[in-house]
Amino acid sequence: MNKNVHTDDELIALIRGDDSEALEELVSRYEDRVYNLAYRMLGNKEDAEDVLQDTFLNAVRGLDSFKGKSSFSTWLYRVAANAALTKIRKRSRREKSESEFLDDVYSVRQAAHSGVVLTDWSTNPATSLLDEEARKELQKAIGELPEIYKAVFVLRDVQGLPAADVAEVLGLSVAAVKSRLHRARLYLRNRLSSYFAEEE
Amino acid sequence: MNCQEIFENLSDYLDEDLAQIKCRELELHLKTCKNCRVVVDTLRQTIELYHSIPSQKIPDDVRLRLHRIINLR
Repeated sequence: MNKNVHTDDELIALIRGDDSEALEELVSRYEDRVYNLAYRMLGNKEDAEDVLQDTFLNAVRGLDSFKGKSSFSTWLYRVAANAALTKIRKRSRREKSESEFLDDVYSVRQAAHSGVVLTDWSTNPATSLLDEEARKELQKAIGELPEIYKAVFVLRDVQGLPAADVAEVLGLSVAAVKSRLHRARLYLRNRLSSYFAEEE
Repeated sequence: MNCQEIFENLSDYLDEDLAQIKCRELELHLKTCKNCRVVVDTLRQTIELYHSIPSQKIPDDVRLRLHRIINLR
């Protein structure tokens, strides 16, 4: 089999004919993306590995149900997102409840409206914005997003999928994807604002 | 556009996905509202910050275990 020539659909046809090299090639093509998605959603290596393995095992077992209505990558992302959401639901809660989350999201609007002067940390030196501790704080804040907001955020803003694809993966409307993404971003902004304001 | 409407439209604005007329209204508001300007700038910086985090590459041992499991299925 000549590598890097086959499309996903061609590889799938070969896999259905029991071509193990084609399977290796398809897994290699997507393993980094699936691992990154799982790591960003779960926040640690062990859980990310479980989700990675579950995703590809479920995908291989369920390949017959892939009818090609959406692209293979969209279908695989759906399998991966479902595996990650299942894992999140099984473990002890680290995410905020939706009402706590929304209170936080909209606290900045109330603060701005009430005349409080907001801290502008966007002009902080790049060294302080990009240091290891700030990144850890951001990763922790991503971990606190309620599961559906986290899924939207990771797929759209970390993996870079178009909003329409995220909508298809998660079974949401495009409007719902945009609204959840916006709230997730505001939440992360607020968390970083607290962090950088405390530093000053 | 008031502050509340600004808040609802900020992501579309930063993603350049906002209708031109709304975009002009929003920018007009930003000229006179310092707090909204701070929120736009810090939201933009937040997005840049997490985009700067390198993608998590799959560790070699994890990759090996995955391929072993897939081949043993």
